[in-house]
Parts: sequence; C-alpha cells; structure tokens
Amino acid sequence: MDLYEYQARDLFEQHGVPVLRGITADTPEQAEAAATELGGGVVVVKAQVKTGGRGKAGGVKLAKSPAEAKTAAEAILGLDIKGHTVRRVMVAEGAAIKEEYYFSVLLDRANRSYLAMCSFEGGMEIEQLAEERPEALAKIEVDPAVGIDAAKAEEIVRAGKFPEELVAKVAPVIVKLYDVFVKEDATLVEVNPLVLTEGGDIIALDGKISLDENADFRQEGHAALEDKDAADPLEAKAKESDLNYVKLDGQVGIIGNGAGLVMSTLDVVAYAGEKHGGVKPANFLDIGGGASAEVMAAGLDVILNDTDVKSVFVNVFGGITACDAVATGIVKALEILGDEASKPLVVRLDGNNVEEGRKILADAAHPLVTVVDTMDEAADKAAELAAA
Amino acid sequence: MSIYLNKDNKVIVQGITGGEGSKHTARMLAAGTQIVGGVNARKAGTTVSHTAQDGSAVELPVFGSVAEAMEATGADTSIVFVPPAFAKDAVIEAVDAGIGLLVVITEGIPVQDSAEFWAHAKAKGTTRIIGPNCPGIITPEESLVGITPANITGKGPIGLVSKSGTLTYQMMFELRDLGFSTAIGIGGDPVIGTTHIDALEAFEADPETKAIVMIGEIGGDAEERAADYIKAHVTKPVVGYVAGFTAPEGKTMGHAGAIVSGSSGTAEAKKEALEAAGVKVGKTPTETARLMREIIESL
Repeated sequence: MDLYEYQARDLFEQHGVPVLRGITADTPEQAEAAATELGGGVVVVKAQVKTGGRGKAGGVKLAKSPAEAKTAAEAILGLDIKGHTVRRVMVAEGAAIKEEYYFSVLLDRANRSYLAMCSFEGGMEIEQLAEERPEALAKIEVDPAVGIDAAKAEEIVRAGKFPEELVAKVAPVIVKLYDVFVKEDATLVEVNPLVLTEGGDIIALDGKISLDENADFRQEGHAALEDKDAADPLEAKAKESDLNYVKLDGQVGIIGNGAGLVMSTLDVVAYAGEKHGGVKPANFLDIGGGASAEVMAAGLDVILNDTDVKSVFVNVFGGITACDAVATGIVKALEILGDEASKPLVVRLDGNNVEEGRKILADAAHPLVTVVDTMDEAADKAAELAAA
Repeated sequence: MSIYLNKDNKVIVQGITGGEGSKHTARMLAAGTQIVGGVNARKAGTTVSHTAQDGSAVELPVFGSVAEAMEATGADTSIVFVPPAFAKDAVIEAVDAGIGLLVVITEGIPVQDSAEFWAHAKAKGTTRIIGPNCPGIITPEESLVGITPANITGKGPIGLVSKSGTLTYQMMFELRDLGFSTAIGIGGDPVIGTTHIDALEAFEADPETKAIVMIGEIGGDAEERAADYIKAHVTKPVVGYVAGFTAPEGKTMGHAGAIVSGSSGTAEAKKEALEAAGVKVGKTPTETARLMREIIESL
C-alpha cells in the first residue's frame, strides 16, 4: 500500500524524523484556516496524490498569506494529475532551503535484501539522477538481520558524497528513517528532497512510503491509512468477504483457484476475446485452494453484482479439493444465490476426480451453466457469451 | 534421481498439531513421505495419530524444538505450517538446528520477516529454504514435502519449477502421461529461498531430468535473470510459461510479489528474455504443455 505524502509526513514525525508542520485541507476554506494556524506566513500548498510530477502539473504552489493559500487550494483541488483527481491538499510551513539531497531505503527483491540509496545531489527525479549521473547515487546494501546503526548511516552518507561537516548531521536522520522502515513494516521509505535549511537544519521535506499489507496483523494503525474513498465498491465488498479480488475493465467475470492460475485465466480470456469483439476479463478473483460452496457463493455474488459482467468463467483445478467437491460447491452456490445468478456461467474443471465433478454439474443441469473440458475452449466460450 | 528430495528424506512438521499441519501430514504420509515427527513447544511429549501409506496406524512424536526432533529422529527435512506471525521464529529455529531442507508453506508472512530469516539462513549456509508461500516439492512416487496433490502423475523425465501452485498442478496434469522427476513450487512472495536459477542448476545436474518446464509470473526480474542463467549454463531443453500478460500496472495479483511496477516486471519482458535465451515460451498452459510434449517425443 502506497501512502500519501501527508501520511508519510505523519509517520516520519511519529518516529522522530524532522519534518515541517503540515495540515491537510479538503476545501479552500480549510486551506486558508490551515495557513492561519501555521502562523499566517509563507506556506506551500501541495496536492495529495499517489503519483509523481505534481510540481510540473501545477499541484504545488507557494502562498504568502492565508488568502493566497485559499486561492492556491482552489486552483489545485480538483486538478487531474496523471489520472488522479486531487481531493486533498497539504498546507505545509515554508522553509528557506539551502541544499537538497536524496535518501531511500527499500526492499531489494533481486538480492533478497535491503538497499539504501543516497545522494548529495537531490531535488530531481531519482530515475533521472540514476540515469544521468549514476556515480552521484550511492547504493549500499543493508543486511536485514543487522539494519542501519549510527556507523552504517555514516557509511551511507559518506558514500552519497556528503561533505564531512554534514555527516554527523545527516546520519542520525538516516537512522530514524530506517526506524520508520522497520517499525512500520515498509517496503519503501523515500525522502526527496531531504533538505538543509538556511538555519542549518536537516528536514525531510517530501516523503514516500509503501507498506507491506502482509504485516497488517501487527500494524494496527495501518488500517486507518487505507484509502477507502478511492477503493472500488466491488473491491470493498470482496474485501469484506476476505476475497482476493481486483476489478478490471472487461466483460468476462473470472473465478479461479490459485493466483497463478487466475492470472493465466485472464490472459487466456483476453486472447479468446480478440476473436469475439475484443471482450476482456472483468476481474481477478482467486478463491484459494479450498473453494468451498460458501466461498464460491461469495465470489459469484461479487462478480454478478458487477454490471459490466456479461458472462462468468469459473476455472478450477481440482487438487487438494477435488473436482467433485468443487462441482458440489458451484451447485450449492447457485442455490444460495437463487435469482441473483442471472448471467451465463462457463465452468471448466480439471484435475482430481474430474469425471465425478463434471457428472455432478451435468446432473444438476442448471440452465445458466455450460461445462467445457479445456481451459482454452472454455475461455473461448465465455468470451463468445460476453460478446453476444 | 531427483532434485533436493527423495524417498530417504526424513521429515518433521513444524505446526503438526494445527489444522493445516495435521491435514497435510496425513496427505504426505499417504504419498509415501517418511514423516518422523513434529514440533509444537506447547505439546512436547505427546503424539499424534495418523495412517501410513500401507494403511497401518502410526503415532508421530511431538517435540519441543526442531533440534530435539532432529536429535531423536535423525530428521534432515522440515516443513513449516505455522501462522505468519510465528513463521520467522520457526524458520530461524530450524536453520539454527541445522536442518538441510526447509519448506515454508505459510502464506502471508511479512516480507521483512522473510528478508530477515533469509539473511540468517544465507549467513549460516547449511539450509536450503523453499518458499515461503509455496506449494512445496514433490518427487513423484518417492516423497512429497508440500501440499501438491500427489496423485496427479508419476515419475518421468520432466523437471518443473514454478512460482505458482495451481499452475504447477495444471502442468503436471497436462503432462501426466509423461511424468516428472521433481516438481518444485518456489512461491510468489517478493523474497523466497530457492529461486528459479537454483532449481535450473539442480535440474541441469540431475541425470533423470531430460527437459525442464519453468513457470513464472509478473513482478520482479527473476525470470529475466533465469533467462541469462539458461543461456550460459543450461544445456537441457527448457520450455517456459509466464502468467499475467493482461495484468494492469500497480495492481497486486494475488501473490504479494505479482505486481507490475512501471516498466519492470511485465510478462512481455519476461517472455522476450526467455525466448532470447532459446527457451520455447507457450502462450497458454496448454500450449506450453504441447511444446514440452514435442520436445520429449523428439528426444
């Protein structure tokens, strides 16, 4: 889960990382009030969107008074930045910036380790810096079993080519940022820019944090950081039933067991759709290895409520839960749903006890259900029904 | 021959008394796995009742720690079913006890925990970890340490390595008349123990394996690195499949690691890298199976 800048700022503050004061506002009036609360002087009004390039898109404005903050917020709220509509701004204290730096620590998948990146040259997009001046961007591995202590932080800062007189000042901030990374179960903590003010303070001016959702069970505060307003209503409904669902923009509803098989099913349906007017998969839904009748019913319920869906493809490999049990689950799910089940279902079963499973579906002879033997043929049938 | 696992492996189950641990202990025993006991600190000294492959009753001892279990039973392999919150400690305990092969089935482990236990295991250097969030490993007709249905297929010339469980089963089913030397599911998390490259290296060295199926999915660059490895080191024919061509950017597709971020991690990039390394890549699982069948028939 990616956080908004203001959420990152709050987490930084909680862990002792020096930040400027900032107050969020959802209306121009709130922005004006926020600027007044911050002392009535110079503030920066910043669009809160989960994408880069805010400045270029007009999403960051300097305001010299609360009245100007209101005007700035009026201009920024409602802006479309790379497909993200701005619904909230952060009004932040102004700062006299002397220098801008870069720091991040992240999960390094390829090396199954952590990586700290640091540069004395900040203020530009990091991808640009990495490309144009790779020698200016230090990349230092951080052992997950050891972490970043004071000495390691100094090593990182020196590698980032900071002058010696700044090392003692920047390193403690790096240690605190690593605290944020570990204590919040983040996969990314980035500060760009990390600044030195005219007054000589080191401050995290803008931050980006990505959190690991697998750690939610031990991170009670993280639920409150979820972007519930922005979530798709069907995704929210699926989440309530603990279903692993992602809404897509096609017409063929998909249910399968196992993440890999479902991803594969999306592909096969998209290929088949090319022959049927370009229909596409409507969602990703993995009901897991178990595939009980209740889970199948909950999954079908979500998909049948998607008004974009014209047909449904149930693609199950009977492994631990054999095909006969899956078939029984489908029949029961259709009973549970009754009249709500109103769209054609194409079912493909393969694997253990496949003959018994297909027989159960054949005997039930539900008018909406078509059983097809192979995955490719079933995808073709589902796409054809969606295009009809 | 096979890779990593054969009928001689002596296996303990961490979390043997839990729901999943108990269910899969029964299934592994039925598949012929030599299960010699389990671990649960709170139930040390008790036993659990199961049925062996030949139908006879077995009482499996429950130990307080992996070290005790290894000492008493001579176990060299462990499988972890404990919940995500306790998985890191369970893995570190097994690594410290010096277990040789450790299969971590648990889904939903925080990635920092996986990074930490991996760093620990790497430093120690004595444990091969498979997983986490994986279906485990099966050497058909010999041993199953995982949750793969053991009755899909038997022994044969194909080695299989996959990020996904159900795609592993699907591929084994499609090629069930040919059979497999070993099938290993390495898991879909961002940090995993055994990689595609590790498995490719082992299959290349295994005389029983004549050809290799490699199944990948979106996210990360493991498939691209595997392609480089194949080009340089693998002489046996490799057939590949990548799931997630139609996955949108920024949406996690079920596995924590299955996400396209910017231009990296796309299925198309992985397919191109594999094809550039001489791997035949199927567009669908069925086509992939057909490509493998052609290779086996031509050998």
